[in-house]
Amino acid sequence: MPEDETVQLEADAAAAEEGGGSLEVDDLLVEEVSIDGMCGVY
Amino acid sequence: MSVDVPTQPLVLKDRFKQGLAAPICLTWELTYACNLACVHCLSSSGRRDPNELTTAEAMGVIDEMAALQVFYVNVGGGEPMVRADFFDLLSYAVGRKVGVKFSTNGTRISAPRAQQLAAMDYVDIQISVDGADAPTNDAVRGEGSFAAARRAMDNLAAAGFGQFKISVVMTRQNVPQLDALAGLAEHYGAQLRLTRLRPSGRGADTWEQLHPTAAQQRDLYHWLIDRPDVLTGDSFFHLSALGDPLEGLNLCGAGRVVCLIDPVGDVYACPFVIHDEFLAGSVRDRGGFAEVWAHSPLFEELRSPQSAGACASCGSFDACQGGCMAAKFFTGLPLDGPDPECVLGHGETALAALGAHAPLPSVRTDHSRAVQVRLGRKG
Amino acid sequence: MTNAAPVAERALFDAALAWRLHPQVALRDEAFGALAYHYGNRRLVFLKSRALVELVRSLEQYGSAADAIDAIAPPGEAQRYRATLARLCRSEVIDVR
Repeated sequence: MPEDETVQLEADAAAAEEGGGSLEVDDLLVEEVSIDGMCGVY
Repeated sequence: MSVDVPTQPLVLKDRFKQGLAAPICLTWELTYACNLACVHCLSSSGRRDPNELTTAEAMGVIDEMAALQVFYVNVGGGEPMVRADFFDLLSYAVGRKVGVKFSTNGTRISAPRAQQLAAMDYVDIQISVDGADAPTNDAVRGEGSFAAARRAMDNLAAAGFGQFKISVVMTRQNVPQLDALAGLAEHYGAQLRLTRLRPSGRGADTWEQLHPTAAQQRDLYHWLIDRPDVLTGDSFFHLSALGDPLEGLNLCGAGRVVCLIDPVGDVYACPFVIHDEFLAGSVRDRGGFAEVWAHSPLFEELRSPQSAGACASCGSFDACQGGCMAAKFFTGLPLDGPDPECVLGHGETALAALGAHAPLPSVRTDHSRAVQVRLGRKG
Repeated sequence: MTNAAPVAERALFDAALAWRLHPQVALRDEAFGALAYHYGNRRLVFLKSRALVELVRSLEQYGSAADAIDAIAPPGEAQRYRATLARLCRSEVIDVR
């Protein structure tokens, strides 16, 4: 893949990580969920 | 002419409100037996129930977890390690690829047991303490309990267990110790986890004295905002009305993404509502746990759109979602209204309107032992 | 925020390579996609389209991620799905065969 396109993907990914919160709604296809962000005892 | 229909983004939170194929945080209390007698125990534990699931039945539950593809189960009690078959069940679960995260007071984590645990994969441990020092902790959990927890932590560290969690229920007495608690976790390279006291189980009797003040809640909120590394199990989402949302789903997951299996196999919406009102069924019913999770009328009701009720006109409802169902239920407040600890004070108003002698829900069974751990003074 | 254990350096996502669902990841179907749980780093990721789930499950059968994307991603969405696979690479949901 062209080098600058690779860099762009990583930049997108880094921006996604900085989004914060346990539900990253910046992406329509994937959300990372915090397991500890579920109301449970343990 | 075709109409351009915008693709609706799938908001995960809304999907969670409608329920999932299997719980994400399934709590399984293995026994009502406990060798401690914490004043605020959410399950009113102490004495084993004569009707607890047998080893074979428990393994059947694990089989169901595996079939449902529950990724891991949160095990507690009472004190789960007092069950004679605890390590058999642990091994069985791990062997079926069901991860286990268990919560313990640490009294049974001897050096050899720590080594046994360190050798297991897919097992996470959470040690409960409710203060940064023995006087604060033991006032709630009993004399010697802090020392026992520290021994367990030392044993796990010596055995090379790896990272464990230290879990603290926030009280009026330990909110001033937040930094010290963080220091304790740092000492062991452990993760600190702070959770909310609910007026559940024995917590109902001690709620008035123990629950943090409004000012302390604000301090706690700001401290948590500054420390995203501290876990909360989404326990304080009612505080999200104070400003930026805290980490987590910020909604009640009971019956939607979490539920409880109790020691006799009864399934409740969550561990904080062990009460007939929130009993969904039993793993001993035909169809087992899977049937209860998928089709119990209680869970279907919880998964349907919930009314904001008295909170509908409040601008903060989106942030706090009306708070914790258990906190409302056991203080006698309606579920479609403010949390008793509503940061805007609406809960206090609602409680005052109830009056001092409003009947509170009583619990059908209480496994407490006769021994008292009196709410003590900090030494 | 997750309670993930520290993770090693991850390879950049290169669609020319052969990929697969990470062996430590369990994938469970849900109504609108799937939940992916990584038993090693304890991360939980929701895959929010059936096509994405099919793509992730099928990666193993293709000589390259690019081929898999061509075969399975909805028309006009190849770039979007490639970016999504890059994201899943970062979360260690997929790894190189």
